[in-house]
Amino acid sequence: MLCELVQRQGGLARANRPEGAPLDRRSFVMCALASGVALGELAMPAVASPSSLSSQSGPQAQSDAQFVVEAKFYDKLQNKKIKCKLCPRECNVGDKERGYCGVRENRGGVYYTLVHSRVCAAHIDPIEKKPLFHYLPGTVAFSIATAGCNVNCKFCQNWDISQSRPEQIPADYAPPQRIAALARQNNCPTIAYTYSEPVVFSEFLMDTADAGHEAGVRSIVVSNGYIQQDALKQAYGKMDAVKIDLKSFTESYYEKVVTGQLKPVLDTLVTLRKMGKWTEIVYLVVPTLNDSDTEFRGLAQWVKANLGADVPLHFTQFHPEYLLKNLPITPVPTLERAKAIADAEGLHYVYIGNVPGHPAQNTYCPQCRKMLVERLGFTASSLLIRKDGTCPFCRHQIPGIWHV
Amino acid sequence: MTDLRSATRRDFLRHCLAGAVALGAGRRPEAQQPPLAAKSRVVVAHDPLLRGTGSSVDASRIQVLLDRAMFALFSHDRSIDTPLAAWRRVVSPGDRIGLKANTLGGRGIASNLALIEAICERLQQAGIKAGDIVVWDRDSQEMERAGFKLSVGGNRVQCYGTDRVNYEDDLSAYGSVGSRLSRILTRYTDLLINVPVLKDHDGAGVTIALKNMYGVIHNPNKYHPNGCDPYVADLNMLPEIRSRMRLTICDATTAMYEGGPAFKPEHSWQCNSLLVSQDPVALDATGWRMIERKRAEMDLKTLEAEQRSPRYIMTAADREHRLGNCDPSRIEVVEINAAV
Repeated sequence: MLCELVQRQGGLARANRPEGAPLDRRSFVMCALASGVALGELAMPAVASPSSLSSQSGPQAQSDAQFVVEAKFYDKLQNKKIKCKLCPRECNVGDKERGYCGVRENRGGVYYTLVHSRVCAAHIDPIEKKPLFHYLPGTVAFSIATAGCNVNCKFCQNWDISQSRPEQIPADYAPPQRIAALARQNNCPTIAYTYSEPVVFSEFLMDTADAGHEAGVRSIVVSNGYIQQDALKQAYGKMDAVKIDLKSFTESYYEKVVTGQLKPVLDTLVTLRKMGKWTEIVYLVVPTLNDSDTEFRGLAQWVKANLGADVPLHFTQFHPEYLLKNLPITPVPTLERAKAIADAEGLHYVYIGNVPGHPAQNTYCPQCRKMLVERLGFTASSLLIRKDGTCPFCRHQIPGIWHV
Repeated sequence: MTDLRSATRRDFLRHCLAGAVALGAGRRPEAQQPPLAAKSRVVVAHDPLLRGTGSSVDASRIQVLLDRAMFALFSHDRSIDTPLAAWRRVVSPGDRIGLKANTLGGRGIASNLALIEAICERLQQAGIKAGDIVVWDRDSQEMERAGFKLSVGGNRVQCYGTDRVNYEDDLSAYGSVGSRLSRILTRYTDLLINVPVLKDHDGAGVTIALKNMYGVIHNPNKYHPNGCDPYVADLNMLPEIRSRMRLTICDATTAMYEGGPAFKPEHSWQCNSLLVSQDPVALDATGWRMIERKRAEMDLKTLEAEQRSPRYIMTAADREHRLGNCDPSRIEVVEINAAV
């Protein structure tokens, strides 16, 4: 079964982690509890039984053909070369070579995605884990990923799938209609494209979003936002909500730590705003690298000026992982300083993430200051916002999509 | 007022970061690096009659060409009086030898099978058990497409791709590179003989010995920006690779001066040569010059004029890496003609 994939690759714990930051022992337990509750309530057997393939030590032999579909965003060049137009990297790819993402290959001058319907991780997550705090709180998302990523963040928590080629990790054939059916069958109002980088499986994402909408299931994406404008409009135009990891507010950080660029990500956020997509931003605070007052202030000012004060901004805690193992966990006071600065700049919904039990995980009315959504781990334990999206105490309109 | 205490802590963390981002785990202190030879020898062995009257490489002639190249490589050593003695200088009985082939380009431009067989033959004569030799590349299917016959288990020479045994779970890191290494390298070989091909590369300029190590890691796609510089050099610094590398035998029987790395028959030529060296940097520098000569002969611009000169070769020779010599004054090119 599809949901066995996570266990088969030994990635259950990894896939259970929150987006954007790894977990410490305590928060892992919280996360497991949250997922367990969610799964228990839904009587979900899907993730329980170990796969018969779990004893395989190496990647399974896979038929390549079923996953290979011509890519949507590229230009053909002379001598069987192509220029990829999916992300700002614009890889020039020769015959038999792949782009930086490792999941798109030039075969005789035609560019192909190798990961259509090639699902390497699947799980049912609380939507708060993405995190999306203002979008259908208390619901679960049928969350999927393929291999590959178009950047190489030195702190990546899911590097074993994001930085691998598709043939190097086990995956199942899970076409869009199958995903949509599974989501519906398991009472998930949304399909989430997450864990690795959905930009690189845009074709699969688009087809699955269409299949989901036909089945009455919405789509959300957790992305780095490093995508070209045309691809963004086409692919994320099919999304119902978006979470963007804005990894820093300096180009130098993007260059050195992310292997990408800041400007296209900011452009993505502005375009999403113009498209009317519900968008939330996560900023992973890495000690000494992107934790200065200047950066926090610049970020908050930019968000307010370009996206508005109502866009939720999550400052999340960094944990040592992948290639950044010799920096400490982000101190909670640093996260609180970031929030204080963003609050002072006038943002209305600034959260602290990956610190279970912190009061800044809850949603408060910016007008009457009353708590409207209480969160415990990755579950919304109480939701007081009215059906019409207003505060029950002062009738202030709280932005977001609160009820299915 | 400056908070000296917090500034110090911040500086400390920044220092940590420099190591982290630079992946300091694999970085060696300069003093521990092996001494660099004052001059590196590269043998360019040529046989205009390598294919006889046909188009395929003649197995017996390439064996002779290999012998002459190996003998020439160690000819400065008076104790080496036969080609086999040269091989015994490189390997010892009990060693497990990996022959890293290059099969990406398919039959047209893969490591030549007759050459591989000739190397295996001499290794066994030098005392290596057949079962201790593994001919490998990253993918078994690619190897088969290039004409290799897979062989796993038993006392025969082994032949398979990393897909059969996977990559290590843990990362190996140096400088800009953090990768999972093929278990063939880390678990089944003590010494590495690199058997690349000589060809143009649209991004890196050329791909010869150093870049052939991209076939050892799980994420080569991450290391193609900026003409693969400094990634190629950093990759070759990984202790698991550097400590095993003994010899490069570059197959230049068929070479490509343009359009690589995929095979383009219109841009290939029958070079009928082998390049042999224990210094992969010197060998790459020499191969690069051969490709430039051919490009000039074909009225093509230099790689530098096309803004794709292989800068990574110079990086591999710089003070940080010291993987070999690339300065022509420090390379002794020994040219031999096996037909004479």
